[in-house]
Amino acid sequence: MENQDQLLSYTIPQLLRNRVKITGDKVALRQKDFGYWNNYTWSQYYDYVRKVSLGLDQLGLKKEGKIALIGDNIPEMLFMAIGAQSIGAIAAGVYQTTLPEEIAQLLDYMDIEMVFCDDQEQVDKIIEVRDRLPKIKKIIYEDPRGMRSYKSDDLFMHIEDLYKLGEESRLKDPARFDSLVDQGQPDDVCFFCLTSGTTGLSKATMLTHRNYVNMGIQISKTDTLESTDEYVSFLPFAWIGEQMNSFGVAMATGITINFPESVETSMSDLKEIGPHFMFGAPRVYETIRSQIWLKIDESYWLNKKLYGFFMKVGEKAAEYRMSGKKLPIKLGFWAWFGKQMIFRPLINQLGLLRLRRAYTGGAALGPELFTFYQAIGINLKQIYGQTEIVGIAYMHRDGDIRPDTVGFPLPETECKISEDGEILSRSPSVSPGYYKLPEKTEELLQDGWLHSGDAGLINKDGHLVVIDRLSDVMHNNEGKMFSPMFLENKLKFSPYIKEAVILGNKKEYVATMINVDPIVVGKWAEDRGISFSTYMDLSQQKQVEELMFQQVVDFNRNVEKDHHRIKRFVVLYKLLDMDDGELTKTGKIRRDFVQKKYQDLIDALFDETIEEKEVEAFFQYQDGQSTTVKTKIRFYTMNEGV
Amino acid sequence: MPLLTVSNVTLSFGGLNALSGVNMEVEEGLITSVIGPNGAGKTSLLNCISGFYHPTRGDIQYGEYKLSIANFSPHQISNLGIARAFQNLELFSGLSVLDNLMLARHQNLKYNFLQAVFYFGKASRIEAENRAYVEEVIDFMELEPYRHTIVGNLAYGIQKRVEVARALTLEPKLLLLDEPMAGMNIEEKEDMVRFVVDIREERNTTVVLIEHDLGVVMDISDHIHVLDFGELIGSGSPQEIAENSKVIEAYIGEE
Repeated sequence: MENQDQLLSYTIPQLLRNRVKITGDKVALRQKDFGYWNNYTWSQYYDYVRKVSLGLDQLGLKKEGKIALIGDNIPEMLFMAIGAQSIGAIAAGVYQTTLPEEIAQLLDYMDIEMVFCDDQEQVDKIIEVRDRLPKIKKIIYEDPRGMRSYKSDDLFMHIEDLYKLGEESRLKDPARFDSLVDQGQPDDVCFFCLTSGTTGLSKATMLTHRNYVNMGIQISKTDTLESTDEYVSFLPFAWIGEQMNSFGVAMATGITINFPESVETSMSDLKEIGPHFMFGAPRVYETIRSQIWLKIDESYWLNKKLYGFFMKVGEKAAEYRMSGKKLPIKLGFWAWFGKQMIFRPLINQLGLLRLRRAYTGGAALGPELFTFYQAIGINLKQIYGQTEIVGIAYMHRDGDIRPDTVGFPLPETECKISEDGEILSRSPSVSPGYYKLPEKTEELLQDGWLHSGDAGLINKDGHLVVIDRLSDVMHNNEGKMFSPMFLENKLKFSPYIKEAVILGNKKEYVATMINVDPIVVGKWAEDRGISFSTYMDLSQQKQVEELMFQQVVDFNRNVEKDHHRIKRFVVLYKLLDMDDGELTKTGKIRRDFVQKKYQDLIDALFDETIEEKEVEAFFQYQDGQSTTVKTKIRFYTMNEGV
Repeated sequence: MPLLTVSNVTLSFGGLNALSGVNMEVEEGLITSVIGPNGAGKTSLLNCISGFYHPTRGDIQYGEYKLSIANFSPHQISNLGIARAFQNLELFSGLSVLDNLMLARHQNLKYNFLQAVFYFGKASRIEAENRAYVEEVIDFMELEPYRHTIVGNLAYGIQKRVEVARALTLEPKLLLLDEPMAGMNIEEKEDMVRFVVDIREERNTTVVLIEHDLGVVMDISDHIHVLDFGELIGSGSPQEIAENSKVIEAYIGEE
């Protein structure tokens, strides 16, 4: 481990080559296919990368050429990425849910020459906008299914043919690959990572080999990882959270990466693997908790009673631990007993028993969720960072978890709070900037510090606290500050609430639009014999609205500051959705867009005389059809002083 | 030579003719559709092909076999490479998807009782071979998330997919699909259309399709036969059928 810092002077392909020398026969990648797990050793991994690399070389991809990767996580994605990086080319991840229009803009902006798609679905999107992308020379696909009509077209190539091309090239010139890899420099840009684009088109963040490798090294210095550790790859590959593991951590430590059979099976595949560490956006942890709640709810009475009792014990113990206080002996015993009796078998059911650490990032997680996971014995830690600093720059240290902070900087990371209250960082993982956007780059890297755009402070224990996006922080009409995201997360702790939008910038009071959780509330309604048809119908049921009223009452009882209280709320008739542009690809609310779309409702929320209003709901279905439905929406005003 | 030739088939129940003198040819490698109003005899025709009924008169020729005369039973016919997906799901609703599909391959599980008890050598090898084929079908029909789910707990649209998958595990040369898209929403229907086209293209399987959704039929069929009251009132390409006055009359009434 002492010599880990040496790794910083290598590129990712060079590190892969070294890995083969150290642990060539160890499993590097594992993919579930046709019902069983197929292994790729580090040597096989390297072989595939070489084939891809020489193949791309034959197709004319040059140093600094760009190749886009679109699709679900499969080993071939890594072969393509590292294969391209071996020539000095740059890979760019595009989210698989991106619509054709946006793909056209992104590929054009990034000067993409070749595209790798996992299946016909993605290929078809590119074909739709093909005539606007004259720069594209080749489209390589993995799954030949449904590609028969494209076979005659020279633009398309099956990955097997690319392997063949690479193998032929190796036979002709065996030394070529090594000499290509040797030319790589650690400060070369190797990947374009798209920012989530809360406003406008995503920006391509340039990241270098050193950026990734440094992140991998620093995280394993704080949280030791063994080369025998398992990791399940279920986050979108285009997201930095996935790349930092497949490039940074894997190359620095030699862990095994497991690819689920399909997106839908990832949770059951995770159970089969039993990972040692996992990383996810808050949504993942919210989903797991909902699953636990549903399972317990369906269980028999003794289970429920025991769970309820030990949950209280666990939460109490967690609060002691998370405030840094010592546990009383009696409580400590009961917490230990509950862990052995109830929670270890419970987390074993989910495949999380081997889990040493779970990281959450991308957005803030409600403090109650931390308490929950601490109570059941999962070491959930908050990390904080951004694409421009390879995902992680700050994180909790083991045994020092505080629900409201993001912990300390990683080794080699400096942290500073600017005069405006913005979080600034400096480390070898900071990106050299955005592609073709010098002005934005300048804004980002002013005075040599990475400007996060987040408001934050350092508390008395030295932990960093992130308040909200600097631009999202709101003030009421008296100028008192509040963070909508913070309040939303607090509200979302209720299992019945899926999503909430907090409003009230420069207004007299705080108001919110609520999305009920279709699964949990659906079951709640079923249990009470409330019949409903669609989500819209469910959300407009009187009883459901009363349930939401109760949730807001509970919320108001627990707020820290008086001006955080919600005065009025409305239950929204449709789920906020990525496809409708209301959420970003990573599930954050696009506030401006939502504000505009629901302006009618929002105006009514801040007019206390309105109790009911008729609105026109517009629905666009996935097949392109659309309908408009008229519905009456009720507004609720909370009593003062509750 | 056509893969399947139905010549002059009549099927009567007492005095009622469910089919009267039907002629139809199914060309290898194509999608042939049978359409017609309710009670036109579409399912009866499939029943005759798959051996559930035997025609009162007429011949059904499948390669070198005369299905009608030799009085083949349904399981013998399925051994000849004709498989069928039923309109009303014929699955074991208490078994998992995987078990349903493995069970469909029982005729390939050729080991004796003793070998099965010790599950060693031959028995486990045969099981593994069949599981591999079943997994290939699961992949093809995109049923991975439901492998271990009890069929009765699945959504209707998914159960329909399992029904088609069950037929595919028999490695058919000729696949008979009885309204595979009935009762589905648009999205499920689109998926199923893609599956049917892929079955022909990627698995080189000839398909006979009964379907009510004319849009789908016109889109994907190579050849269409129209039945009305047990009689064939038209056959030809989708284009020809759309212009056939008898067909229009049967569907939307006389002008």
